[in-house]
Amino acid sequence: MDASRPIFAALIALLFFFSLPCALSVSSAHGEGYAITGRVKIEGLGKGFGIPGKTLNAKVILNGGQQVTFLKADGYFSFYDVSAGTHLIEVSAMGYFFSPVRVDVSARNRGKVQAALTENRKGLSELVLEPLREEEYYDVREPFSIMSLVKSPMGLMMGFMLIVMFVMPKLMENMDPEEIRRAQEEMRSQGVPSLANLLPGAGRS
Amino acid sequence: MEIRVLILLLLPLLLISLFAPNPTVALYEDQVGLMDWHHKYIGKVKHAVFHTQKAGRKRVVVSTEENVIASLDLRRGDIFWRHVLGKNDVIDAIDIVMGKYVISVSSKGSVLRAWNLPDGQMVWESFLQGSTLSKSFFSAPLNIKIDKDNVVLVFGKGCIHAVSCIDGEILWKNELSSESSDIQHVFQPLGSDLIYAVGFITSSKLVIYQINAKNGDLLKQSTVDFPSGFSGDLSLVSTDTLIALDSTQSKLVKISLVNGETSLLPRDIADLIDGFSGMASLLPSKLTGMLAIKINSYIVFVRVSAEYRLEVVEKINYPAAVSNSLSLLEGNYAIGLVQCSGSKIHLTVKLDSDWNSDMIKESIELGHQRGIAEKVFINDYIRTDRSPGFRALIVMEDHSLLLLQQGEIVWSREDGLASIMDTTTSELPVEKAGVSVSKVEHNLFEWLKGHILKLKGTLMLANSDDIVAIQEMRLKSSEKNKMTRDHNGFRKLLIVLTKAGKVYALHSGDGRVVWSLLLPSFRMSNTCHHPTVLSIYQWQVPHHHAMDENPSVLVVGWCGFSLDSPGILSFVDSYTGKELYSLSLTHSIAQVIPLPFTDSTEQRLHLLIDADGLAHLYPRTDEAIKIFQRELPNTHWYSIDGEKGIIRGYGLQYSCLPGITDEYCFGAKELWSIVFPSESEKIIAATTRKLNEIVHTQAKVLADQDVMYKYISQNLLFVATVAPKAAGEIGSANPEESWLVAYLIDSITGRILHRVTHPACQGPVHAVFSENWVVYHYFNLRAHRYEMSVIEIYDQSRSDNKDVLKLMIGKHNLTSPVSAYSRPEVIVKSQSYFFTHSVKAIAVSLTAKGITSKQLLIGTIGDQVLALDKRYVDPRRSINPTPSEKEEGIMPLTDSLPIIPQSYVTHSLQVEGLRGILSVPAKLESTSLLFAYGVDLFFTRIAPSRTYDSLTEDFSYALLLITIVVLVASIFVTWVLSEKKELREKWR
Repeated sequence: MDASRPIFAALIALLFFFSLPCALSVSSAHGEGYAITGRVKIEGLGKGFGIPGKTLNAKVILNGGQQVTFLKADGYFSFYDVSAGTHLIEVSAMGYFFSPVRVDVSARNRGKVQAALTENRKGLSELVLEPLREEEYYDVREPFSIMSLVKSPMGLMMGFMLIVMFVMPKLMENMDPEEIRRAQEEMRSQGVPSLANLLPGAGRS
Repeated sequence: MEIRVLILLLLPLLLISLFAPNPTVALYEDQVGLMDWHHKYIGKVKHAVFHTQKAGRKRVVVSTEENVIASLDLRRGDIFWRHVLGKNDVIDAIDIVMGKYVISVSSKGSVLRAWNLPDGQMVWESFLQGSTLSKSFFSAPLNIKIDKDNVVLVFGKGCIHAVSCIDGEILWKNELSSESSDIQHVFQPLGSDLIYAVGFITSSKLVIYQINAKNGDLLKQSTVDFPSGFSGDLSLVSTDTLIALDSTQSKLVKISLVNGETSLLPRDIADLIDGFSGMASLLPSKLTGMLAIKINSYIVFVRVSAEYRLEVVEKINYPAAVSNSLSLLEGNYAIGLVQCSGSKIHLTVKLDSDWNSDMIKESIELGHQRGIAEKVFINDYIRTDRSPGFRALIVMEDHSLLLLQQGEIVWSREDGLASIMDTTTSELPVEKAGVSVSKVEHNLFEWLKGHILKLKGTLMLANSDDIVAIQEMRLKSSEKNKMTRDHNGFRKLLIVLTKAGKVYALHSGDGRVVWSLLLPSFRMSNTCHHPTVLSIYQWQVPHHHAMDENPSVLVVGWCGFSLDSPGILSFVDSYTGKELYSLSLTHSIAQVIPLPFTDSTEQRLHLLIDADGLAHLYPRTDEAIKIFQRELPNTHWYSIDGEKGIIRGYGLQYSCLPGITDEYCFGAKELWSIVFPSESEKIIAATTRKLNEIVHTQAKVLADQDVMYKYISQNLLFVATVAPKAAGEIGSANPEESWLVAYLIDSITGRILHRVTHPACQGPVHAVFSENWVVYHYFNLRAHRYEMSVIEIYDQSRSDNKDVLKLMIGKHNLTSPVSAYSRPEVIVKSQSYFFTHSVKAIAVSLTAKGITSKQLLIGTIGDQVLALDKRYVDPRRSINPTPSEKEEGIMPLTDSLPIIPQSYVTHSLQVEGLRGILSVPAKLESTSLLFAYGVDLFFTRIAPSRTYDSLTEDFSYALLLITIVVLVASIFVTWVLSEKKELREKWR
């Protein structure tokens, strides 16, 4: 057992050396505390992996403000001197919604880090934090279209007017002329107020 | 004919549909800046480093007391970039290395970061370890090279670290202090491979370490005893000479380190300066070959020559700031001095080699509102006529920042606004007759053109030029920036009190400073050395009786830092910004209680509780005492002792202490107390209802025609306690040993109305109390997520009043008096939900009449303010609401509260360092004003139920007009047509 340990450690070191380009939540004992290292990855921004920190001003927050750190150009971040236990990491980046991450720092395993998203309880094999979704803070104005104009109350009204103006006479035409005449006469006899009577001066004509 | 009737019928319909509320709550991108403003600040500058050598953008990098590191444009004072570090991450020092990186050391010397100078991107970060706590700094010369590597020497946590500037790698580390030594200076003599670290071990022992600069080996450690002791001040005069002050603060001790040998040479200051008496102290300035000694009320500059000849070169009056020495190209050093006298500020720049002639001597008129200069940083440049020029960055007493160049103020920043202590609001003056109301639009054509532009904007027909024109037009419409009260109550004065003891009045329209006042009573004086401001209250709000008087505010503070230091009151006119008068109290101020009574001049009565539990009434007038004496038996208050875990309730007695005849002083009698067991509960939060909150209705009508009566009492107190083990940060406690208990306490009787335990939960708790409900935010350790809970309290004793028959025959208790002493029968409903983010502050929207539904205003960890509808935190939510409940607007229950990005009232802005959210009702019932403050300031208007009582900003009058015109035209056209047709019919 004792003999196998150095070999194991060497293997780990080798593995670590070769897997350097890929993000791994490496942590090592630092005095009383441990370090948590991770990476924030936002797809479709800049060069894919890594983000332009200046436009984002992203912050990584441990335990609701106990420690605040910033992203390096390649998206890496680190917290130092973190005690063993269960911690919470939040990422604040404008325009993106990140789930807080539950991070277990093991005291037995020299500060081995286990992480899981708290929003959907998804475990993370490595501490690479990706936004769950993009956030759009503004309502998007509907692009101008004829339909939206037609659908608006004014459009509907105009449409209705047009229908009444052009379709109704057509409908009337199809009716029996005698019936129409009878109806008109009826109306005239009842004296339905027409707009002409309402308007001043119109009565003279 | 049918057509005409139809049109007549439809016209009102059309109008109704036009006036219907805008269906969206969120903002469109082009509406940014219409109702809101956002100002960025940095705080009081601690360190500044200029970067002006190269052509291009000249900048100054600063670090501040708000833990901000920022790069400012030297020409205009704008922020190029800015980072707000965590609240525990205090910046100790900053510097620029290699001409391209800004390095900062923070958290007591444990975190070293490098930032890219042009854009502020963090380049690398190093964690420095050490065992002891000590101050941290960069060592003096930074241009040491180890193997062509640029190295910065950082001292922190009792260790010297040599760190590579390129990647932050720690090249070597030397732990100096096995004992508790206090290292003062780390320096490297020119051209030497040795690094010296000098400090004190005890007050009488000086320790000097010699370290190899290449590898950090400790070469030599020597201690020197000085029996009479040191005061702790140590000044580095040259690379082999230090000057210390002895414990009596009347002797200078020269420490020379020639050839590794240390010698001490004491000398009386009295020999140097005629008539010296009292105590001297060394100013912590890095002057070369010079020493700045502060003696009583003046500063003495002493030149230290190689042979330890001390020579007084200048003596200036004390309120003055001295810059570090700036090395010039010719090998000289320049020193900047800033003195203030009256309303003027005098800047002097001197060369160390030729002290008698001034390089620059400028006087600038500054006004009285900035106080004295506290810090000065100088920088040199070459003028166009090749002569050397100097610019000076000055930090004033009110924390503002000025850049002086060529005898004028190039720019100034009001960075005191980054540290707001408290805020209140004031109405603007009423419009006087004769004063023109508004700038009427020039003519009809312009007016129409504007509206057509707006119409184009809403129809998305506008091109980019039009959009610019629309924005300009909107911003220019000076309606929101006027200095008078408006009909809707949107325009107000925000009166803020900052840590520096300055009061600002900000206009709610655009956030400009209307007036500012550095409170004279809160400035350092002989009677009060450390005045501290605490809070601000509305003192006089003229309403009915005293309309001619200006409103005024009350600023409360202490003369000292502790609870038992004497209080200071200052009264400031809200319109003119003048201090009306101030009072230096003989008693302390532990609590300020604004009473719900005003005197005939509308001055609000305030009760000040001192540290001994005595109550003092202000204003001290006969009228006030008369009013108060009537209400005295009904006045109660409580105090929370967080350390002992005791809440005590008090009533008043007519007499003060026996033997004291002060009719404005009242004794207190303890009525009740609640003692929380210290081994299981620790108070971490307490909140109560806002005094100015207005509740519209007591009853809540349910969909099934049932009525619930809200239990509305001003005296309800919400208290949250946690297990002592879980009182720390998240990650320090196990779920098994932590719990959170929420209490609702009646603060008149001390009765606990409700108590609920949340197992496996811990703080921090943020709570807000409104009407009959309280919402609080805490951390659930088992789920490892934040939670929000709501508790609603309903009055059971009135539930019988639902019977209409009983009401008719008078068998109801609606008119029976409500007494705070009676035992209330309450029922409590509660529910909990998950909430994603950490919370920094929480508030609730307040409206004028309380009719509009409420929104919770949540300041999240990302420094945004989220408006969450109260309907989401309704304990009556269930998974499957019945149709009648749905009709009532009850949402189906979800386990977590939704975060809709469009409901961030700060939209795409961040209020960095968010500390507080203030909601003020506008006169318009639907609208509430929101002011969020931290390092930044943000103001906006919110309409929790949409603006149902007014047209929206983007309502297009032109469209309405056009529609009406078209309709009228069509009426005429159809009329003509129908007439013609009728004529034809008749001819037929």
